[in-house]
Amino acid sequence: MSLLEVRDLTVRYGAVQAVNGVSLEVEAGECVTVLGANGAGKTSTLKALAGLMRPAAGEVLFDGRAVTGHPAHRLARMGVTLVPEGRQVFGPLTIRENLELGGFVQTADHTRRTLEQVLGVFPQLAPRLDSLAGNLSGGEQQMLAVGRALMSQPRLLMLDEPSLGLAPLVTGRIFEVVSEIAASGIAVLLVEQNVHRALQIAQRGYVLELGRVVLQGSSTALLADDHVRLAYLGHGMGEGE
Amino acid sequence: MSLAELPQQIVNGLVVGSLYGLIALGYTMVYGIVRLINFAQGALYEVGAYLGVVIFSVLADAGLRNPVLGLVVAIVVASALTGALALVVERVAYRPLRHAPPLAPLVTSLATFFLLMSIVQVVTGAQPLNYPQVLAVTPWTLGPITLAPTAALIAVVAIVLMVAMHLFVQRTRTGKAMRAIAVNRDAAALMGINTTRVVALTFALGGAMAAAGGVLFGVNYGTVTYNMGEFGGLVAFTAAVLGGIGNVPGALVGGLTVGVLSSFATMVLPNQWQEAVVFGILIVVLAFRPQGILGERVAERA
Repeated sequence: MSLLEVRDLTVRYGAVQAVNGVSLEVEAGECVTVLGANGAGKTSTLKALAGLMRPAAGEVLFDGRAVTGHPAHRLARMGVTLVPEGRQVFGPLTIRENLELGGFVQTADHTRRTLEQVLGVFPQLAPRLDSLAGNLSGGEQQMLAVGRALMSQPRLLMLDEPSLGLAPLVTGRIFEVVSEIAASGIAVLLVEQNVHRALQIAQRGYVLELGRVVLQGSSTALLADDHVRLAYLGHGMGEGE
Repeated sequence: MSLAELPQQIVNGLVVGSLYGLIALGYTMVYGIVRLINFAQGALYEVGAYLGVVIFSVLADAGLRNPVLGLVVAIVVASALTGALALVVERVAYRPLRHAPPLAPLVTSLATFFLLMSIVQVVTGAQPLNYPQVLAVTPWTLGPITLAPTAALIAVVAIVLMVAMHLFVQRTRTGKAMRAIAVNRDAAALMGINTTRVVALTFALGGAMAAAGGVLFGVNYGTVTYNMGEFGGLVAFTAAVLGGIGNVPGALVGGLTVGVLSSFATMVLPNQWQEAVVFGILIVVLAFRPQGILGERVAERA
């Protein structure tokens, strides 16, 4: 049985259908990526899975339990968390407060211990715990956003375009951390525009077009697929953007 | 007008200003978290003041004679009941409009204000009601200043409540959740915060503070009237804007400033001008420093 099982998910914004019957699965400890162009429905899929949007139709099972339409705070308590697009750290709050809020679902004692672990992953945040999150650079904010999500000790971590707008060096570090997280046994569902990088760290992938899954398979198979090479990897040159 | 009056007017202004600050807290906390000017706040203040009369008379019938204990019970019970009323208002008048354009809940907040004010008017027959004498009348005299013990008590209670609320927002887990929602409601929900419940709690706390202000007003001035919520509510709104709406310490700063300024105004102008002065302050603030004294424009990184 999969940790996350999504059947025929449909998400609408008013009359616009953003996600049109998407089915996907993530096993415990697995790293899965969702690829697709802008407007393919990737962000809407993640928002619905995190409980920020109510699906118009379909079914979501987490750890075998039906969680379709559960609000975000209930899913967070079950171990489902999302690092949203554009980081969305709490700018006027300190880095420490951001991390503590990440551990909102845990006990204070738990939070203290997890904080040590998270600072071990992102040591550059440690000396700046009491400065405001809004003063961090984009890359540091992304690290804080990932750290904040880890504070809840999730079982499923979803990331929406974590490398968006970041310098190549920082992007490299983010992908390293994501693969370390996946290796530690946390299931990862990664939405990325950096298709090459994403397929390098994920075991499997889904390709979304106009709100539907048009292709799925192992990362190796997707990297070799003509359609993927042409549409997402730049004319089959085998290198990322 | 004589300058010798000045110290006395400052003291009077600070006492009444601390009450305005207490009511302003409700405007500022609700605005900070859901970006709504909750005009019902003025009516909640009035409801609290009238509940205080009822509670004091129940206590008197029950034979409770200790005035300070009576005041504490009146504040706690009136605040709890008014907080509960604010929860009902939030549930009925605002929550259904969460995804509506911002003007819609603004209109329902005005409607709630008039509805509650009219209910008080009908129930009490528009009769002013009297508060019992809580503390001895003999005022303290210090040079040119006289200060009634009640007035001093009121200012102290009001300021203690405001400091407590500030510490609550800054230090507690729920307070942090409130600040997180104020920044980004979706991100707060992703942290596991039940945002609907925290928003409702904010309304309840605002209502409770307004009721405490209402009881303190009644104890200080001895009489409550069916339309006190109009002036009180609008002065407190001015105080919230002046201090920097959304900013908790700003409510205190704004309240004290409005209190002292309107108190000065009574030195040079007849009493009827008081409202004109208060709204004059509001216009000047909005024109020259719309973010208020402590408010700042925070630029957010994308």
